[in-house]
This record gives sequence, structure tokens and C-alpha cells, in this order.
Amino acid sequence: MTIPIRNAKDFWAGLVYLAVGLAAIFLARDFGMGTATRMGPGYFPIVLGGVLALLGVASVVRSFVSKGEPIGTFVLKGMLLVCGGTVLFGALLRGAGLVIALIVLVIVSAYASTKFRLGTAIALAGGLTVACVLVFVKGLGIPMPLLGTWFGG
Amino acid sequence: MELLEHLGLGFATALTFTNLFYCLVGVFLGTLIGVLPGLGPTATIAMLLPITFTLPPVSALIMLAGIYYGSQYGGSTTAILVNLPGEASSVVTTLDGYQMALQGRAGVALATAAIGSFFAGTVSTLLLALFAPPLAEVALKFGPADYFSLMMLGLVASIVLARGSLLHALGMVTLGLLLGLVGTDVNSGMQRYTFDLPALADGIGFVTVAMGMFGLGEIIRNLENEENRSLIASKISSLWPTKEDWKRMIAPILRGTALGSAVGILPGSGAIMGAFAAYSLEKKVSKYSKEFGKGAIEGVAAPESANNAAAQTSFIPMLTLGIPSNPVMALMIGAMIIQGIQPGPLVVTEQPALFWGIITSMWIGNLFLLVLNLPLIGIWVRIIMVPYHLLYPAILVFCAIGVFSLNNTEFDVHLMALFGVIGYIFVKLDCEPAPMLLGFILGPMMEEYLRRALLLSRGDPMTFIQRPISATMLAIAALALVTVLLPAIRKTREEAFQGD
Repeated sequence: MTIPIRNAKDFWAGLVYLAVGLAAIFLARDFGMGTATRMGPGYFPIVLGGVLALLGVASVVRSFVSKGEPIGTFVLKGMLLVCGGTVLFGALLRGAGLVIALIVLVIVSAYASTKFRLGTAIALAGGLTVACVLVFVKGLGIPMPLLGTWFGG
Repeated sequence: MELLEHLGLGFATALTFTNLFYCLVGVFLGTLIGVLPGLGPTATIAMLLPITFTLPPVSALIMLAGIYYGSQYGGSTTAILVNLPGEASSVVTTLDGYQMALQGRAGVALATAAIGSFFAGTVSTLLLALFAPPLAEVALKFGPADYFSLMMLGLVASIVLARGSLLHALGMVTLGLLLGLVGTDVNSGMQRYTFDLPALADGIGFVTVAMGMFGLGEIIRNLENEENRSLIASKISSLWPTKEDWKRMIAPILRGTALGSAVGILPGSGAIMGAFAAYSLEKKVSKYSKEFGKGAIEGVAAPESANNAAAQTSFIPMLTLGIPSNPVMALMIGAMIIQGIQPGPLVVTEQPALFWGIITSMWIGNLFLLVLNLPLIGIWVRIIMVPYHLLYPAILVFCAIGVFSLNNTEFDVHLMALFGVIGYIFVKLDCEPAPMLLGFILGPMMEEYLRRALLLSRGDPMTFIQRPISATMLAIAALALVTVLLPAIRKTREEAFQGD
């Protein structure tokens, strides 16, 4: 016998709450509860973890009872390129330097758009890089190497 | 006349050349990002926070405040001209504002929004000046139990006023509270949820979370329906409202201002809720209610007054209690801490120039906005026309550099990317990020006050009910929660949120 999930959003959100709540309790098991007068570092997290897990159960139960709209499609490409580009920026900043990291970030993230044109993206990357170097490094003095350690910067 | 003396001090601070300049920069930037759909005040202020390091405290806060209320002005421009909310709080303005534009009355709609906003800004500045000092005095008597209950009330308010499901609002607040506990426990020095990563020992940065969820998460969501963004701006002819227009806008502006001011003070709400509430109220009481959705001037005047009023009165709990009522206020608190000012009731007495300078600068900023916005409308229209596929990589660049420069660590950049993914997933599941952020900020403070309160009462939880201030807060919170759960009210609440 299968019970159909009638509200996918509730179901998945509930699972997230439940998982995070249980994980929070599990990780806090050795923190020490303390007493009510002298509360230990584990008290608040464990109470919150419990509340969250209960809310998760409630949400999952509700997903079988009341109907909701489907979740809709994820723009996986957009998510991967926008966040991946950001991660690359962080990874390249010290090694390759700000200039290369910025160009990579702009071109990778711009590729997420359906209106992507390589020429426009390169021009945008160039313009933004010049602007950022002038404003952030020269103007505000934020310590970011223009050329990174890989190039002896 | 103590008030006049205070305002005098405020004007003396705000009218220096430097502060006028930063006020102007703030409202200009605010209008700019308000006009741009897909870039909000939370992400912008988060991006600019590192820059404020170098400014004197008053100038920094004046500029950041200007960005917030300036964005409320800018948001309406986009709503009226291209039927897109430039800012979340101008969603309802699209309903009648764009219709007015289609009828060739775009200029009148813009003028109405500006006049309403200016009036609301003036009134709420006065309210701030009148009520903040006595509130701060009361706040000095607050004990740990009172603070705990006040924050509880704030969280409940954010749950009650959140859009969508109550259950998810509650879930997101709890999730935020837990996330706020990551880092070193102040009482025992124990590392909690840090996974032995030294970068997490000081906890997760609020700016990192805010930029990830509001900056990156928003970008990904906007990439979903890129095709739908057809931007055709309406022509603007006459700006001046007719005699009939003036007559019809007065009452809605007054009601919008009153409602917005009241909603803004409540923790957990802010400008969006004010605009929604004002629009639904106006639709109920107006004798032109049949014209709503077809270009009624009331449908522009009321929400635009309300969102500006709410944006400004939301400074009251922040300046007097040091408690943020929305993510933007949390960033303002962050800016104060960066400057070495401990937010709370003592700010009024210990930093009078700062306190009154910020308040009077808001009125000056509103004046700037009124005078500058309409003549500059041509520039704003051009900015709206910047295609999103050129805009979002730029936003991303500013986010990445901004979050890196906070602690000079690439760890924060990676964490921001992670929160971008998390933020997007939650939006897809209809879980609002705003309550989570509020929980995230209040989490560590609440734990601290809970511990102190129970230590003082020797572990007796009755202390929360025995102290009158604390008991009142908890009673209001309980009442609010019960009311929302009543079926009849629940139905109207759902109706009120149907606008989007």
C-alpha cells in the first residue's frame, strides 16, 4: 500500500527540517546539557533540534493530507554556473590573482543566461575587471593580489 | 522644547558637507538598486558594508539608511513604468501603477508615489524622533528575561507576518536559530557545530548568509524566467496630478502612512507587509474600490506611502533596543558594531549626535528623493533597460569581492555559494528566507539572555511570567499566534497575501 504525497513542497521541506533537527541533536550529544540554573552549551541546540524535527514530522504528515502545487523545475544549469563560478573565484583568487578570477567568474556565470554571447561576455568581463581593480584595489585598498602566487605575484 | 533641541543637534550633524554628501550618495544608490529588479537593499547593504569601514560612523549609517528608504522610492518607478516590482515592497504598486501608465498617466502615478512617500517619510521621521527616546528609557530597565521575551515576540511576529505557510515560517525561524549557534559558545568556550574548521570558530558571518540567500539565490531564481522579462517602458507626459487626483490621494496617503508606520515598528515585518496591508485596506474602504486594478490612484498612493513609512519606523526597535526587525536592520546593527558602537538603549544618551543625526538625515534624504527623482526619471528609465544578462554577472562580482573583503578569506566566498544553493532550494519549496535570517541573528542573543535570566532566577522559568514587561511581551506573542490560527483570520491572511 502506498500513500500518495499530495504536497511535494511540504514533504521535502519537512524532510529537510527532520534531517537537520536530528543531526543537530546528534552532534550536540556531547555538549553537556547542564542544569536549568546553569545551562550547558548543549541545552539550547538540543531543544531547537527537537522542535525542528517535530516541525519536520508535522510538515511531512501534512504533505499526505492537504494538496499543494508541484515543486516546478529547478534551473540546474543556472544554479551550477552561478555558484560554481563563485567557488572558482574563491579558489583562483590567491593563486591566479584577482584579474583572472574575475574574468572566470563573469564568463562562467554569464554562460547561465539563455542570451549568452561570448563576445559580450568577454567585453563585460573586461569592463568589470577594470572597474573593480580601480574601485576596490586602487580606491579602497582591499588587499587582493592582481596577479597571484602562481605568477610570482 | 527638548525635541527641538534634539532635532537641532540632529540637523547640525546631518547638515555638514560630508554627511549631506553621504546622504545623497545613499539615496542615489538606493534609488538605483530600487529601480533595478533583482537587486534589493539587503544584498546591496551587505555588499557595501566592508566599504563603510573607512567612513566615520555617522556618515556610514546615514548612507546605509539612505539606501534602504531610497530603494522604496526607486522600486515604485519600475513598478509603474514596466510592470515589474523593482523592489519586493512595490509588488502591489504594479497592479494600479502600470494600469495608470497604460492610460498615459505614468507621470501622475510617479508623482503620486513620490508625494506619498515624502509625506510618509516626514511623518515617520517625526514619530521616530518622538517615540525613540522614551522607548530607549524604558529599555534601560529591561532585564535578561525581558529581552528574551521581546525577541520571542519578534520571532512570533516574523512568523505571523511571513508570506505563505505558518508551519514553514516556524521551521525556517528554528533553522535560523540553530544556524546562529554555529561557532564558539561564549559561556563555555566550547566549539559547537564547527566540524573542527577554524574558519567556523567565530560563527557563520551574517553578511555571508544574507548575500548567499538574497544575492545569489535571487539571481538563480531570476534565471528561471528570463524570457518573460520584456521591458517596454511607458512614455511619461504630464507629471502634475489634477485637482481630482489630489482630492483622491489625500485620504489613502494618510491611511497608508498610519498603517505603514504601525507595521514597521513590529519586529519581523518591514516595508513589504506595510504595502500589502495598505493596499488591501484601501481596497476595502475606498468608494472607488471597483477601479482597483484598473488604474486607481489610491492603489498607488496608499502602498507607496506605507512602504516608505514602514521602512523608516523599522529603525525604532533597532535604534532603541538594538534588536533588528528585518534583515536590513540586522545589517545596520552589523555596521554599528564594525564602527565600535554597541547598539541598544544607551545609543540615545551616549551618542546623541549619531542618533539624532541619523533621524534628521532621513528627512533630508526624503527631500533629496522628492527633488531629485522626478527630474532624473530619464536616467532611471535607461537603467531599467539594462538587460538582466549583463546585470547579474556584475551583481555576482560585487557579492564575491564584498564577502571576501570582510575577513579576507576565500572560505566566506565558498560559504556564500553554498547559501546561494540553499536559498534557491528553499525558495522552490516555498520556504521564505527572511524569517530564517531573523532567527539566525537573534539565535545567539536569545540563548545568552535565556541563560542569564535563568541564572538570575535560580533556574525558575516562572521569571518570564512574573516580570511585567516580559509577561506582556509573551502575552502579545501568544495572542498573535492564536489569532492567526483562528480559521476566520487565517482566511483573510491568505487573501491578503494573494497579491503576488
